[in-house]
Amino acid sequence: MSITLTLLGQSISFGLFVLFCMKYVWPPLINALRERQKNISDGIEAADRAHKDLAEAKENSANLVQEGKDQAATIIANANKRASELVDEAKNQAESEKQRIMASADEEINRSAQKARGELSDYLEDLVATGVGKIVEKEVDMAKHKAIIDDLGSQLKH
Amino acid sequence: MAATTPTEYISHHLTNLVYGKKADDSWGFAEDAIEAQEMGFWAIHVDSLGWSVFLGILFLSVFYRVAQKVTTGIPRQMQNIVEILVEFVDNSVKESFHGKSDLIAPLALTIFVWIFLMNFMDIIPVDFLPFVFHSMGVEYMKVVPVTDPNITFGMSISVFFLIIYYSIKIKGIKGFVSELTLQPFGKWMIPFNFLLESIALIAKPVSLALRLFGNFYAAELIFILIGLLPFYIQWTLALPWAIFHILVITLQAFIFMMLTIVYLSTAHEKH
Repeated sequence: MSITLTLLGQSISFGLFVLFCMKYVWPPLINALRERQKNISDGIEAADRAHKDLAEAKENSANLVQEGKDQAATIIANANKRASELVDEAKNQAESEKQRIMASADEEINRSAQKARGELSDYLEDLVATGVGKIVEKEVDMAKHKAIIDDLGSQLKH
Repeated sequence: MAATTPTEYISHHLTNLVYGKKADDSWGFAEDAIEAQEMGFWAIHVDSLGWSVFLGILFLSVFYRVAQKVTTGIPRQMQNIVEILVEFVDNSVKESFHGKSDLIAPLALTIFVWIFLMNFMDIIPVDFLPFVFHSMGVEYMKVVPVTDPNITFGMSISVFFLIIYYSIKIKGIKGFVSELTLQPFGKWMIPFNFLLESIALIAKPVSLALRLFGNFYAAELIFILIGLLPFYIQWTLALPWAIFHILVITLQAFIFMMLTIVYLSTAHEKH
């Protein structure tokens, strides 16, 4: 159990092992550890942020939905109003159209009646004149009695 | 095994496989403990150094393989173990060492894992590996490198030189010398200060080495003594002692690493 060359050998191998460890073993391992640590802390941070974003988004969406509902209600109300307006308008138009049609129909009827009456009286006049003429062919002098017949005719016209 | 009496058994277990310069100036393996003793400094404890280097290479090759394939995603089994160790060492260094150095952390990792592995050889039954080597014709085989003071001093003296190197690098020669001579009692007591401070400085590597060596030399000796008992009793003592040593193995590796960090940390501090 004496001190021998072994000590030197051990010292040299110790030095070589430490150098090797320092150059090829330690750096990749510790870098990987640090990188993973960073990844994890980044991940946790991102998760936190996402959490906050989610809460915000929820609030936003609630607001948006409320807004949308309000808008929809306004639109529906407007539409209802407009619809009733349109219906009223249409009613009014239809009413006035009805009046117009009825008025023109009345006029037409009157005109037709007038015309028919005129035609009828003319025809009667002719008929009476023809009949009276036939009856009193000999006695009636057209020249003499024209005034009487015209008077009759004008009475018939009324 | 050649041993017949308890004395022979014990001394056989405590003899290294030594390759060195023989009395007639030729180099070769020592035949017995006495010849090994006579070789003096010019000898290599092939078993201690061999196991030590083997375990060091084992450590580095495993860690190197993991480092090459390291992923920042989900780590696999071996990477998990390696990462736990790396993180543990990194935290220990961060706690005690406040300077900036690329060397300290890999140094601490190497010390911790390597010493852990060398200590771990203590758990392997004392007769097992010597028996295997004996059957291959190797007479002596001490498998626990840390029971050889050459190994522990080899490491602690390297640490000692690092302490001196960093002391001078950070504080300059002047700073280092004044640290050795001008405290604790001021300039009128320089010889006394120097005596105190150099003892304190030299005590660092000596205590590092002897603590580790002593722990495992004693532990190994007790395992050897237990090995002398009848085989059906051995486990009643060997098992608790081995379980206890699972703790000691880790603890001693940790202490060596931690003290190295602390010593180098004080070497980096300016007063």
